[in-house]
Amino acid sequence: MADKRVGKLKGFFKEMNKNRYVYLLAVPGIVFLLVFHYLPMLGLIIAFQDFNAVKGITGSEFVGLENFKILVNSPSIGKVLYNTVFLNVLFIAVGMLASIVIAILLNEIAHKFFKKFTQTVLILPHFVSWTIAAMITIPFLSSDGGLINSVLENFNLETISFYRSPEVWPSILVSMNVWKEAGFGSVIYLATITGIDSQIYEAARIDGANRIKTIRYIILPLLKNTALLLLLLRVGKIFYGNFGLIYPMVGSNSLLYPTTDIIDTFVYRALMELGDMGMSTAVGLTQSVMGFVFVILTNSIVKKFNPESAIF
Amino acid sequence: MTKAEVQTQSRKKSKEKVEFSDRLIDIVAYTVVIVGSLLCIFPFLLVLVSSFSSEMSIINNGFKLIPDEFSLEAYKLILSSDVIYNAYSVTIFVTLVGTALSLLITSCIAYPLSLDDLKYKNNIAFFVYFTMLFNGGLVPTYLLISKYLKMTDNIWVLIIPVVLNPWNMFLLRNFFKTIPKELAESAKIDGAGDIYILFKIILPISKPGLATIGLFYALGYWNEWFRAMLFIKTDTKYPLQYLIMKIIRNIQFAQELSVQSGVQLESVAPSYSVRMATAILTIGPIVFVYPFVQKYFVKGMMVGSVKG
Repeated sequence: MADKRVGKLKGFFKEMNKNRYVYLLAVPGIVFLLVFHYLPMLGLIIAFQDFNAVKGITGSEFVGLENFKILVNSPSIGKVLYNTVFLNVLFIAVGMLASIVIAILLNEIAHKFFKKFTQTVLILPHFVSWTIAAMITIPFLSSDGGLINSVLENFNLETISFYRSPEVWPSILVSMNVWKEAGFGSVIYLATITGIDSQIYEAARIDGANRIKTIRYIILPLLKNTALLLLLLRVGKIFYGNFGLIYPMVGSNSLLYPTTDIIDTFVYRALMELGDMGMSTAVGLTQSVMGFVFVILTNSIVKKFNPESAIF
Repeated sequence: MTKAEVQTQSRKKSKEKVEFSDRLIDIVAYTVVIVGSLLCIFPFLLVLVSSFSSEMSIINNGFKLIPDEFSLEAYKLILSSDVIYNAYSVTIFVTLVGTALSLLITSCIAYPLSLDDLKYKNNIAFFVYFTMLFNGGLVPTYLLISKYLKMTDNIWVLIIPVVLNPWNMFLLRNFFKTIPKELAESAKIDGAGDIYILFKIILPISKPGLATIGLFYALGYWNEWFRAMLFIKTDTKYPLQYLIMKIIRNIQFAQELSVQSGVQLESVAPSYSVRMATAILTIGPIVFVYPFVQKYFVKGMMVGSVKG
């Protein structure tokens, strides 16, 4: 056995020597990943420590599952978990639907310039940051002179003070997400549609299918695979909240937490405001593990019914 | 009516029906696409108009698409202080230097992984891939950067921790794979080394691939604010997006600006219009550059959708 190992080691050095410059090229990237991705994984050990900033990771005391116990007993954690998943389900469902509808309808537009121009406009919001998106909502949502409330007033309807009404926030966040990402998301579906063999369309036309029937019986079934793959990819990330969208909008407005506080904002606050490293790492570890399990799970499902589109 | 007549009539009818349903699709498609495009562009217009409105008119009459009172006050205020220039230079530095470094490091690791006969290729690929499946999360990363690497308030913290993106790495590797092997092989026969082959042969013909991931990186750096929020403490080092973040949070921003720049304000500090004008100044470059680079993003998305 020792011989085998030595042989392996020899093979390793031989390979390293033969291709040393090739491996050398990979070194900066590998070092980067080791430092900024793998070291933090080791740091997850804080979840089992009573972390003390002065003593550091190596000096802090181990407390077993104490942090998780605090977490389980915390009144807000259930709500936070629920919000994360619930908002993500809304984002995925509404976002995908909007993207698919945009793609199908753009495909029906024959006017080339018009199609290109509108597509450009529809993708534009994807390119601004979430902070700008949050800034853009001010003219709509602000209580003095906000557009939505002006319209409501015009129709003699009751105005809404948005920043004090948690119940409207899932709709606001979903609208923002659709506004920013639906157009960009449609690109992939549109490409799938235009990738469909034109002979299939012609055959359908000869068989007397009109455009509605073509959509119903040809385009939609062919979009199914793409849609399922993207769905599974997004479901794999369902425990990762959209911090970029939510934090600039909500910040520390605790009135809105009941519907908007997600794992990621919860961890951020626990870290920056409470400085509770142990507990916030425990949340982070839980999120990473659940995320990992979900990605593996969804990918094995993809592999089963569509081996071509599995990621690994 | 004879049988033939009935047939032609029903055929005519069905033809009309087809035409109607086809026209309906046109109506729906054009309506939805036009309304959708307007919804996408409308918020930008509203922000643009508000930035040129006087603060009093916003407060008295609300936000409107046609300004009641045209005013350059907000822009004068912003452009007369250093704040926006500082933020711009930080963002431009981070975007240019960051993108260049990212492209370099990404190409260097993507190339070995694109070679067919490299023995440990799959091990390295999995080493990269695993970081997409599992991560240490916010707290360990925060501690690492602030406590152990001591990068707090250092502008490089906006670049180094994200200099290599695994997703972009696989995109570029897939691109490299499409390059004919014979190119590298013939260079090798001529005595060229691997590093020479990468920089003198592979990279020059990979411009479309580099453009695509370069744009992904550039957009990431340009829109970055989260790490600035965590690690940047000095306000002269704020990037643009974090400045926006600060402004959303801090209604007093306009007042501070006016104190700093010494511009005299009438009764009301233009806090709304200043916020909107800052947003416009931040969006500006993206809106101008984006139509020219759009195709690379679309291309990148297509490659990315194929397995990594």
